[in-house]
Amino acid sequence: MNLQKAIDRLKVRLGEDVSAPVEFRGETTVTIAREKIVVACEFLKKECGFDMLTDLSGVDNYGEDPRYEVDYLLYSLAEKCHLRLKVRVSEDDMIVDSVTGIWRGADWHEREAFDMFGIRFRGHPNLKRIIMWEGYPYHPLRKDFPVAGIAADLPETAVNADTVRSAPMLGGPFVPTAGTRSSIRREPRQYDTIAEQDEKLAHPTKKEPV
Amino acid sequence: MTTQHEMELIDSAARAQQAMDDELAGEKMIINMGPQHPSTHGVLRVVLELDGEEIVNCWPDIGYLHRGDEKIAENMTYTQFIPYTDRLDYLAPLANNVTYAYAVEKLMGMDVPPRCKYIRVICAELARISSHLLGLGSFGMDVGAMTIFLYTFREREKIHDMAECISGARFTTSYTRIGGLAHDMPPELEPMLRKFLKEFPAAVDEVDKLLTRNRIFCDRTRGIGVLTKEDAIDLGVTGPCLRGSGVDWDIRKSHPYSSYEDFEFDVPVGSVGDSYDRYLVRMEEMRQSVRILQQAVDNLPDGPVNSPDAKILLPQKEAVLTKMEELIHHFINVTEGINAPPGEVYFSAENPKGELGFYIVSKGGGAPHRLKIRAPSFVNLQALPIMARGHMMSDMVAILASIDFVMGECDR
Repeated sequence: MNLQKAIDRLKVRLGEDVSAPVEFRGETTVTIAREKIVVACEFLKKECGFDMLTDLSGVDNYGEDPRYEVDYLLYSLAEKCHLRLKVRVSEDDMIVDSVTGIWRGADWHEREAFDMFGIRFRGHPNLKRIIMWEGYPYHPLRKDFPVAGIAADLPETAVNADTVRSAPMLGGPFVPTAGTRSSIRREPRQYDTIAEQDEKLAHPTKKEPV
Repeated sequence: MTTQHEMELIDSAARAQQAMDDELAGEKMIINMGPQHPSTHGVLRVVLELDGEEIVNCWPDIGYLHRGDEKIAENMTYTQFIPYTDRLDYLAPLANNVTYAYAVEKLMGMDVPPRCKYIRVICAELARISSHLLGLGSFGMDVGAMTIFLYTFREREKIHDMAECISGARFTTSYTRIGGLAHDMPPELEPMLRKFLKEFPAAVDEVDKLLTRNRIFCDRTRGIGVLTKEDAIDLGVTGPCLRGSGVDWDIRKSHPYSSYEDFEFDVPVGSVGDSYDRYLVRMEEMRQSVRILQQAVDNLPDGPVNSPDAKILLPQKEAVLTKMEELIHHFINVTEGINAPPGEVYFSAENPKGELGFYIVSKGGGAPHRLKIRAPSFVNLQALPIMARGHMMSDMVAILASIDFVMGECDR
């Protein structure tokens, strides 16, 4: 079954819930209504031979409504073709049904989308953070999260907001204060300019409070 | 009069299941492996639930090497992100450079000259050999065959020398550019490469002799960490792990890019899907890479390596300093980056570890709106619990080594 036929059949199956396919650089994307994503995936896997979920990713279209989207990249090993499904998720109700029941491989991808964007996947067996640590308060790939990072506490560790100061332009929480002369020279992301560093090295007694 | 007893021999997976079902089973033990365990090849942490010495369940815990590459990509031009791709799969940086360049070129809707494609094939295949050599060396060492590591690293050194010759750096190569290469292949590379291609098959045979029929190696890997075809497809596993499970799927064959359709090579496929099969697949892939490299270096086309579009590639330095238009292009390219059309593309290539894909969402302009890296190690590691269940604790090392993951790519 080729790609066009699969999309036609999906259209017959879901009707209004499937958008017209969009072509760009030889890739086909269809937008699916949020409630119908599991039905669509199940249909495409069982009836149309899309046996592999290559990729799943969240996207934050900050300033648009609905703000988020989830992209599913399906692959058919027999037909050697890709199909991208897109689901739009609004900020007020950030819940999408999980497709882990269809492809077990969706597990980590969905956890990542949850971790990075805060999109919740209903029916996921183990929806917790995968890359950031548990208890981390933000979702870093959202557009309103600054690239410089926001200082967050890591309880019970040596490195936390009290022992660490951020780099120039708030370069993130993980720039510990330099200990030795050589590391001051090595570390470019310090507050001080080179001239100020040289000054400090010449007068080591003037120690800056941490 | 002798009596006969029937003995039932069941496999370890069934034994583990039986132990779980058994009401009298002892208490399970949870132990922590990594993130500093040498066999986790980086900073993977695995939480293991053990019944005696058998693994009942395991949970990989990743994220220790997270650097936020995807967030970083959104805040810089496409060209500026190239050095970050070196640090994804840092055992095969050249291959990442190539994949990323093709992904952005797909977004731009442009093509590169044939010579560039061939040089990129040379880069990708050298990276594949280098990555597999490291994978095999540490695989051998993890299961007790120390010598292999020394043999494979001797060969790997030569590839690093070639990488240095190509790009000036041994690891952080950053060799490709959007629409071409940083510079043409230096003429000194060809004799180096030919010499390597002449000597390398003998070196593979050497490793082959040391490992393939080695009794201890076979015992440690055969039947260990079986991943069935169905499971592999269901989990989205790619690369040598998928082919080891018997699925004949290689992006170089099924979706040829970078003129791979010009090359003659075979795709090795396993039959059982155990650690030993994955080892055999990698072994054969190195030999096939030698074939590809030989053809590439014999048939390397002449001509330019860069696409002529001055709005994408930086113009020649002399032209920038003497001509007005080139100066403008240079200025715009450096400050604003290339002007990509709005749209979304996914490009994936067969990297040493599996399918490395870049999903780029562009809203126009010089920086991606979203750049998702579909890392093969991230996806392949998901199969770890399925592979490990029912095996002994000591088999975990062999299974991890046979997946051949790299955390730089997994955590991004």
